Amino acid sequence: MTQKNRLPEGGRIDRTRPLGFLFNGRRYTGFAGDTLASALLANDVHFVGRSFKYHRKRGILGSGAEEPNALVQLELGGRTEPNARATQVDLYEGLIASSQNCWPTLEADLGAANSLLSRIYPAGFYYKTFMWPPSFWMTYERFIRRAAGLGRPPREPDPDRYEKAWRHCDVLVVGAGPAGIAAALAAGRSGARVILVDEQAELGGSLLSRKGAIDGAPATHWLDTALGELRSLPEVMVLPRTTAYGYYDHNMIGLIERIGDHRGGSNGGVPRQRLWHVRAKQVVLATGAIERPLVFSDNDRPGILLASAIETYVNRYAVAAGRRGVIVTGNDTGYGAALALAGAGTAVTVVDLRTEPTGPQHETARARGMEILAGHTVARTFGNGRVTGVEVMPMTADGEGVVGSGRRIECDLVGMSGGWSPTVHLYSQSGGKLRYDEALAAFVPGNFRSGQHLAGAVRGSFGLGAALSEGFAAGAAAAEAAGFRAAAAPVPAVEGYEPAPQRMLWVLPSSKPLGHGGKNFVDFQNDVTAADLKLAVREGYRSVEHVKRYTTTGMGTDQGKTSNINALAILSETVGAAIPAVGTTTFRPPYTPVTVGAFASRDLGDLLDPIRRTPTHGWAEKVGAPFENVGQWKRTWYFPKAGETMHAAVNREVKAARTSIGIVDASTLGKIDIQGPDAVKLLNWVYTNAWDNLAIGRSRYGLMLDENGMVFDDGVTTRIGENHYHMTTTTSGAPRVLAWMEEWLQCEWPHYRVFLTSVTEQWATIGVAGPNARKLISELTQDIALEDESFPFMSMKEGHVAGIPARVFRISFTGELSYEINVPTSYGLALWQALMTAGEKYEITPYGTEAMHVLRAEKGYIIVGQDTDGTVTPGDLGMDWIVSKKKPDFLGKRSLARADTRRDDRKHLVGLLTQNPSEAIPEGAQIVGELKPRPPMKMLGHVTSSYYSPNVGRSIALALIEGGRARIGQELHAALPDRNIRVTVTEPRFFDLEGTRVNG
Amino acid sequence: MPAKTRYSIFSLVRNAFSYHENWEEAWRSPEPRPEYDVIIVGGGGHGLATAYYLAKEHGITNVAVLEKGWIGGGNTGRNTTVVRSNYLWDESAHLYEHALKLWEGLSQELNFNVMFSQRGLLNLAHSPHEMRGLARRVYALNLNGIDSELLNLEQVRAMCPILNFSPKARYPIYGASLQRRGGVARHDAVAWGYARGADARGVDIIQNCEVTGFQISNGKVHGVETTRGTIRANKVGVVAAGHSSVLADLAGFRLPIQSHPLQAAVSEPVKPILDTVVMSGAVHVYVSQSDKGELVLGAGIDSYNSYSQRGSPKVVEDMFGALVELFPIFSRLKVLRTWGGIVDVCPDASPIIGRTPVEGLYFNCGWGTGGFKATPSSGWVFAHTIANDRPHPLNEAFGLERFSSGHLIDEHGAAAVAH
Repeated sequence: MTQKNRLPEGGRIDRTRPLGFLFNGRRYTGFAGDTLASALLANDVHFVGRSFKYHRKRGILGSGAEEPNALVQLELGGRTEPNARATQVDLYEGLIASSQNCWPTLEADLGAANSLLSRIYPAGFYYKTFMWPPSFWMTYERFIRRAAGLGRPPREPDPDRYEKAWRHCDVLVVGAGPAGIAAALAAGRSGARVILVDEQAELGGSLLSRKGAIDGAPATHWLDTALGELRSLPEVMVLPRTTAYGYYDHNMIGLIERIGDHRGGSNGGVPRQRLWHVRAKQVVLATGAIERPLVFSDNDRPGILLASAIETYVNRYAVAAGRRGVIVTGNDTGYGAALALAGAGTAVTVVDLRTEPTGPQHETARARGMEILAGHTVARTFGNGRVTGVEVMPMTADGEGVVGSGRRIECDLVGMSGGWSPTVHLYSQSGGKLRYDEALAAFVPGNFRSGQHLAGAVRGSFGLGAALSEGFAAGAAAAEAAGFRAAAAPVPAVEGYEPAPQRMLWVLPSSKPLGHGGKNFVDFQNDVTAADLKLAVREGYRSVEHVKRYTTTGMGTDQGKTSNINALAILSETVGAAIPAVGTTTFRPPYTPVTVGAFASRDLGDLLDPIRRTPTHGWAEKVGAPFENVGQWKRTWYFPKAGETMHAAVNREVKAARTSIGIVDASTLGKIDIQGPDAVKLLNWVYTNAWDNLAIGRSRYGLMLDENGMVFDDGVTTRIGENHYHMTTTTSGAPRVLAWMEEWLQCEWPHYRVFLTSVTEQWATIGVAGPNARKLISELTQDIALEDESFPFMSMKEGHVAGIPARVFRISFTGELSYEINVPTSYGLALWQALMTAGEKYEITPYGTEAMHVLRAEKGYIIVGQDTDGTVTPGDLGMDWIVSKKKPDFLGKRSLARADTRRDDRKHLVGLLTQNPSEAIPEGAQIVGELKPRPPMKMLGHVTSSYYSPNVGRSIALALIEGGRARIGQELHAALPDRNIRVTVTEPRFFDLEGTRVNG
Repeated sequence: MPAKTRYSIFSLVRNAFSYHENWEEAWRSPEPRPEYDVIIVGGGGHGLATAYYLAKEHGITNVAVLEKGWIGGGNTGRNTTVVRSNYLWDESAHLYEHALKLWEGLSQELNFNVMFSQRGLLNLAHSPHEMRGLARRVYALNLNGIDSELLNLEQVRAMCPILNFSPKARYPIYGASLQRRGGVARHDAVAWGYARGADARGVDIIQNCEVTGFQISNGKVHGVETTRGTIRANKVGVVAAGHSSVLADLAGFRLPIQSHPLQAAVSEPVKPILDTVVMSGAVHVYVSQSDKGELVLGAGIDSYNSYSQRGSPKVVEDMFGALVELFPIFSRLKVLRTWGGIVDVCPDASPIIGRTPVEGLYFNCGWGTGGFKATPSSGWVFAHTIANDRPHPLNEAFGLERFSSGHLIDEHGAAAVAH
């Protein structure tokens, strides 16, 4: 098919590069420089989609980010993208697009039946029905869900990749129209680091769409020169196809750069999109303005466009979108489209809402003999699909009614201009307040924000001259504010442009009452009409937010770019309040929708969260050991021999540690180096026990409580020197403990002289436990005396093990004679291997986290986070002995005195033994005293830890049970969904009750 | 009070003939009267539900709901609409289960379709440790007579096949708990439905009326100062979510509440792809698909305290990273809107519903990140508390005094994502 509407010359397209594409299965051709929308219009394709609710036929309305109608399904398979705006899709060879929300085809869409019933589907109808019978909602909902939605989501993973980038700059300029380019020039010339971004493929903004002259030459000459200069400035970065989507605190701007989309296919190997985080000292917003549609009866037919879009398609894309045009406008800028069309050979009639139109473009049109109907309205439109005509009528003086009879004008293209709304989205996101300008009938920025400058149409300053002068001034001011000297530059001369007064009629009058007969659309995408807005008000939804939510106006993918102000104005007329009193809804990021994958970027899979590995990770991997995630760490779970089950492996490991030697990589334990003269004060605060008399070289176990007196971490802390301590924490609690202590130090005790450093990653910790542990280590050290007298339990020695400088701690999490050897991390594997080799004769056995858990449970040692859950006090654990009675205060002390915390029937940590010694209770099982045939049943507590213990020769469990210590000896029941297990309450210790094994 | 037109397909058809020009107001907008029996401060879902149940259950109809902005404009209109009752402790389980039961008949009760959709709710576990935690909760719920079940990997796959089941995932899925009766509801409709129901029973809903102070003498409340003048009442119930601390300060006492920004987002609408609610604590996201077709997502709270209804972009980015990690096919969807609200978090992540040091003044706050689901029972028990000047057994444990007694109800584990 030929490009029927393509003009023989002009435009910014590259006619030497024709591009073929498919739309709804038909093949078309466009040119490089086209958008999908301009290429479709070049081929006279207006009807491109169906509306959300009524499935009305819809065409392309706009030419940019504001587009509500022309949403298409782009591409296929893993690369399919729903809801792509055809006006912002750059054309490429082989592009495939299809219409959405229609079945089986765009033309013969069964959903269009909705349109027939539209009378009973006004705004919010769904709140009033689908309630009977009550059980049917899920059925109704299934049909509603199928009918809703727009495009189809992909069904395959995304084959593309995304990137993130961060950048600081002196001046960020958003929008590369005349104002933005002028600002970038002024700032760039000062030497400031400038970033200029624009959402479009080609920079220039309105200069590309409107005919104009600068310094006596076509405006595009100035544009080419300016862009050339910007590219030559080394500190200026220009990012086309880049949308500033969010304005966050302290001038942090989110940008989304489309690098690969316009290349098609696999993007030529580059990332598809890049998400920028720019922190700018100064921001210049030159974001322009968006034209408003007019609200008249059946204003939504394909072929009815924004006037500015028609002008853009002619001037930028060399497309005259019709043969016979009608332009409806209440202002002078609407004439731009009329003049552009006339220049392209299209016959045009202008319907001007004003009774006495003025303005330079109006004068030009009149001079050219164009038919102009002043004081007229469009009463309705005709067409079964594409518009075929409009009925125009003279209006009463007040614009509220019509007089005389209508006249039908045949046409295939209608342009409408209801004035302009400054694109204040980013300004508003930055916290800026809006002011309603009566003359412009628009919200404009109401106050200037520090670090921010505004130029051009976004301020409500329309016209090329204002854009350039404000742009240069804003750029210079931004550079100055960022510490640069901006020389005054001559502002190029443009023809004077005095905006003429406009006439705003928010709903055009017609011979029929509103909503009778045709539909006057306000929000095209969500099918919200002026009658819907009035219905909402009638029903009491008067706040602008209520109207928005009740009717869904402004809640489509276009976020109301063309509808918000019209809706607000109709609301204000209906409730009889001034527009500023009605107020606006909140502008929320993103400005235009941003790909989810770009936010995710590469932070997926292994990069979702850093993986932390211990020094023996590779060794364990080689011997086939599985790992478990503990916080960010990968910990070895157990070390199976060939053909061994987990159960058998864990039993073997647990036994070895009690009979000869077990070895474990405990490097994941949190380690915090504490130094400073006030270190002991801090320890006295954060631990429940007293730390004043700990000798250098000695270790002590401590519990930490939160403000509620609940245990939140535990560990052993060792005094290394006079003012130097080494604290250990649980593996997953390490970051929390450090943050906790820092918070107290920084907020409550900033005067303390104490410094905390996480050294978890700096030290490898290899634990050696079992009756032969001392013998083994003695073979590998010359400078550490290991006898009890010189190196007792709970102490630390520095020296060498296997020739490696080491801190050796004699502490035990197994209850066995045990040493934890800390060496610099890079020596961790060497130490492990030395111990494994020397330990061969003792059948040294590596064990993992599972065996470690069994070993400690046999001894009744708790794991914070497993046997506690933030609701457990030291007393509940039977650890009152560790809570100092003498210390004046410590964190959590006050809460321990509260009535509920002192109750003696709180949940206590106890042991549970099953009747059947080989049966282990599932962890998490709830314990009841009295079984009932069915719930509810009174629960006494739950099983926190449960294992088979080969050393005890039976299953063991720890549990938190109400009044548990008083229940020792009682029989209770673990009540599970499929069975009940009878249990006996015991002390929470099962092995080595005398505690002698720790001495070997 | 004239009875309201019953909403139904028949009334829709009937009104279609008159171009829907004869519908009456869902609620009136009266001028405040000088005195009421009860004033409710805060016109969110909880406040409106309180007024509704005061009128319906206790016959107290001389009630005003004072809202500083527009009703449902705070967290009611900002949340991610998840409804569930899978809470660990008995006290919470009973309170939220009472809400769930009220939800199950709410559209009919209010004659306003709140679109409560029981599409089931999956809580994913990504490690044996998390499975143990879920098991504990499921067993406890079952013994409280509340539906909940544990699913193994294959059952999760059958229920939601588009999840990332790769064993090589950073945090592979191990299993899940499922509450089939859980789901989502239309948040705005809840506020409007309760408002309409309360209004029909004579309650005055007064918008754009900010409370600026309390009239208190001899330890008793006698009314409130507002931007529209003094309004007297001997009973005042405050349901002001993120701004509760500010109001408590006006009344002369402090609340153990921290206010944090919490963010959420929706994607562009697409055809049905996700049929259930999915939550993951380890990968830090929860998501459902609305009837309109948008994916609705919630993030974790910002760690700093704030009254500004915006959070940091980093938190939102992390949320989308987690979404793509869990659902790789969502990568090419687009984010339509992100927004923030202010959540009022108690030290034990459970609400405060009850009396205060001031006689006749009651507070209902501290719902943190999970108040929407409780709206019906929150209003129900608060109405009971105000009407009888003592709590209902369902909210007895949720009084302010628990922070001095130490009887906390620690539900940190119940939050959708770690907070």
